[in-house]
Amino acid sequence: MLDKKELEKIKQKKDEWGKNTYSNHVKKHPERKKKFENLSWNEIKSLYTPDDIAHLDYIKDISYPGEYPYLRGIHPTMHRGRLWTFRQFSGFGSAEETNKRYKYLLDHGETGLSVAFDYPTLYGYDTDHQMSRGEFGKCGVAISSLKDMEILFSGIPIDKVTTSMTINGPAAIVWAFYIANAENRGIDRRIIGGTIQNDILKEYIAQKSFIFPPEPSMRLIVDTFEFGSKEIPRWNTISISGYHIREAGSTAVQELAFTVGDGVEYVKWAIKRGLNIDDFAPRLSYFFNAHNDFFEEIAKYRAARRIWAREMKKLGAKKSRSLLMRFHTQTAGVSLTAQQPEINITRVSLQALAAVLGGTQSLHTNSMDEALALPSEKAVRIALRTQQIIAHESGVTDTIDPLGGSYYIEWLTDKMEEETYQYWDKVEKLGGVLPAIEKGFYQREIANAAYKYQKEIEEKKRIMVGVNDYQMDEPVEIPILKMDEKGEERQINRLKRLRKNRNNARVERDLNALRRAAEGEENLMPYILKCVHSYSTLGETCQVLRDVFGEYEEPAIY
Amino acid sequence: MEKKIRVLVAKPGLDGHDRGAKVVARALRDAGMEVIYTGLHQTAEMVVKTAIQEDVDVIGLSLLSGAHMTLFVDVTKLLKEKGMEDVLVVGGGIIPEEDESKLKKAGVAGVFGPGTHCEDIVKFIKKNVKR
Amino acid sequence: MNDIADKVLKGDPRSIAKLITLAENNDPIASDAMKIIHPKSGNAHVVGITGVMGSGKSTLIYELTREYRKKSLKVGIIAIDPTSPFSGGALLGDRIRMMELATDDGVFIRSMGTRGMLGGLTSAVYDVVEILDASGSDVILVETVGVGQAEVDVIKLADTTLVVLVPGLGDAIQTIKAGIMEIADIYVVNKADRPGLEQAVAEIESLIDIACSGKDRKTPILTTVAKQNKGIVELVSEIEDHNKYLKKTKMFDVQRRKRYEAELVEIIRKRLMNFIFDESKFKGKFEDLIDKISKKQVDPYSASDEILGKILK
Repeated sequence: MLDKKELEKIKQKKDEWGKNTYSNHVKKHPERKKKFENLSWNEIKSLYTPDDIAHLDYIKDISYPGEYPYLRGIHPTMHRGRLWTFRQFSGFGSAEETNKRYKYLLDHGETGLSVAFDYPTLYGYDTDHQMSRGEFGKCGVAISSLKDMEILFSGIPIDKVTTSMTINGPAAIVWAFYIANAENRGIDRRIIGGTIQNDILKEYIAQKSFIFPPEPSMRLIVDTFEFGSKEIPRWNTISISGYHIREAGSTAVQELAFTVGDGVEYVKWAIKRGLNIDDFAPRLSYFFNAHNDFFEEIAKYRAARRIWAREMKKLGAKKSRSLLMRFHTQTAGVSLTAQQPEINITRVSLQALAAVLGGTQSLHTNSMDEALALPSEKAVRIALRTQQIIAHESGVTDTIDPLGGSYYIEWLTDKMEEETYQYWDKVEKLGGVLPAIEKGFYQREIANAAYKYQKEIEEKKRIMVGVNDYQMDEPVEIPILKMDEKGEERQINRLKRLRKNRNNARVERDLNALRRAAEGEENLMPYILKCVHSYSTLGETCQVLRDVFGEYEEPAIY
Repeated sequence: MEKKIRVLVAKPGLDGHDRGAKVVARALRDAGMEVIYTGLHQTAEMVVKTAIQEDVDVIGLSLLSGAHMTLFVDVTKLLKEKGMEDVLVVGGGIIPEEDESKLKKAGVAGVFGPGTHCEDIVKFIKKNVKR
Repeated sequence: MNDIADKVLKGDPRSIAKLITLAENNDPIASDAMKIIHPKSGNAHVVGITGVMGSGKSTLIYELTREYRKKSLKVGIIAIDPTSPFSGGALLGDRIRMMELATDDGVFIRSMGTRGMLGGLTSAVYDVVEILDASGSDVILVETVGVGQAEVDVIKLADTTLVVLVPGLGDAIQTIKAGIMEIADIYVVNKADRPGLEQAVAEIESLIDIACSGKDRKTPILTTVAKQNKGIVELVSEIEDHNKYLKKTKMFDVQRRKRYEAELVEIIRKRLMNFIFDESKFKGKFEDLIDKISKKQVDPYSASDEILGKILK
């Protein structure tokens, strides 16, 4: 970016500084560590200077917001035009309880809804299934039928507010619940907006709430892309996720590489089906983690945008909406401590700030008590206020990509991009994404990184405040969220009544039609919607698919 | 020939978060123990039957979904029925402090929540293993 | 005192498991119990399964077991994984592939670490085979730590040895030509839906042609896709055929003899080593000698004379 002579002078002066001012100082006052490594174990220098980014061309590599390669931001005005959505991931117990929490959050300034489902729902089991034992409502809301979805959103203007649903294995069915509920309320399916996570690859890699094997799962996902682009145009049919990969223990670079790699894989499958990339690509979205290393996270988001834009162009996308990466961010759950929980508020603030400076479109901030339980009202309110303070008091939203041009940030962005392609080469050599999953490549990388990190914590090479340093013996006094004990019973009774009162002949007919379609190649969404409208339950509908597709068994990697 | 401590590491129920279980399994292996890792989606029956066949000294249960009061207790109850109370049961995951005492009463000897050092689990096992 | 042996013969899982532990730890109770158990063993067909890492041995064992169970046969499974030479610990994860069998009373699965023994097996495996045999198993599947040139001890143990490979190994088949490739009674190419199947089969065939020329049985090559339960029925049939072949040609007795020889050698070795290392009167002496060797005051051979001299007296 500078001319050769300037650059030479700068380099020369840097060498001098290194040999003299810096060295002399360090001899008397050594640095705190021998090596400073970030969370991807990349060594970070004491200083970055123009020569570190001399190879970059501003116009080609950095450019302007709203223009390819979208490094500085996907929209020309970014947060000056519109703030990110305050979207708190939330859900517990029965639909009634969660409905109350959603109204609370909306009252307190949240601008988008995000649904957390309980484990049985995530696995496509009804509350009264034997595998659901003990799990009802514990880590999310239980949704077993359209009836529950109706209660969940009762009194909430879903024609005006968008809803993100963290659901993967049975995503198509739960999406159908949402669509059916909207339609029953007289809301046109063409105006409802939201997201289904629907990212099965990362389930195989990290989160493990998969149901069916890869091929039928990918078929279902492409069905949703196709259906969405034709029928539900405002819906993001996938949230390609790195959050969970990171939580499982990956480094930031791995999060970036594995996630965007998954994204490219989805696009390839859709293209193979015969879909036109510009028809579905604008509705692909991403979901990243906001972890501890402040600058690394910012560089990660920027690199993600640039890589995605480039790869989508390579795959033949022409519309700008197909090239720009929209993403949601959640602050890192694994960084929260059960010890001295109030200090989690500080952690979350820094992580949220990184996400904002990184250009996120939507943000969830964790609550301070989440290392121990689901958030209490007070804790989630503070988390929401954190976002509001960043938005309105910190001034960081006054300009776009304020860290652009920083020698460190541009260097790190570039480095993470380079390392991403190195990972992609490894995956290529293994035969591609699905073979790499089967061979346990991702899982091994993640398990190794998790173990290495844990050892560093235990050896105090990295400090976790309150855990391996600055510890206190004080008892933790955080009010833990209590759930309605009668909730499970209520839910089971509701299910029993539903199964009795509906037209069971119709349910059987619709489930059989779904079965036949699943055995063939048609798009399953219309069939699923029919079942859902007849009030077939999540478990019943999922079982049909389990029967046809089989269940996935993961390779044994530890 | 020294006796090896044999540990069963299991994830009961539907919870799929296995980062911690895998890290602990490795740490126990590095501490010289033989670790049988069963993977996800274990029922109490599967855990106990496996514990019998493998003649383990310790059962380690990992759960982050909040279902521990039901699922951990299912295991300790079944162990009691089978007269296997000499097997040391420890648990980890997301377990609020107020549940710890209830779990201990139900037979879970040690509860290791977030922030635990693997060192401490190793020490606890070596100190408390009964067989 | 052979309460435990009686319970084992009756098939009680707790006792079976406990006796296995005692045998692994060289507990004298175990040796006494084995004296009662050994004569009751010998009925089970022992199948050794070895092969490269990633060849799907565990899944194959799972599917074979399911097939055997359909015929109401009882199955014992021994899954061996390497013990870390540094820590002495082991991560025994083969069971993951077989968790659905955990509640089947007709299947007994035991995971074992090699505990320092080379050759792919573990010292107590002979005892464990006999324990599972005498307690009722019709078939015993032994999954060894597979892979290299040296992990071939399984042929001493098993009646039938399976070597499992996968397509796409390429040059790897050439490099493992000696050792592991020679021990197979049956070759299995698993994950047969992967590219490179024909080539893999062809390479194995060329090896068989050389190895089996002049012999009365040509080693068969079977292809399977264990995950999809393909080729399993055929494999079970082939294993049973091999068993019949062994019995018909009296190779069975020859094979069993090899096993008992290996077992006896192992028992003697263990007892001697324990004697030297555990006996307090030798332990001090032993440490002392190592110090002297380090200081070059004595050479290892003379040092061994000192210890052995005392024993042989």
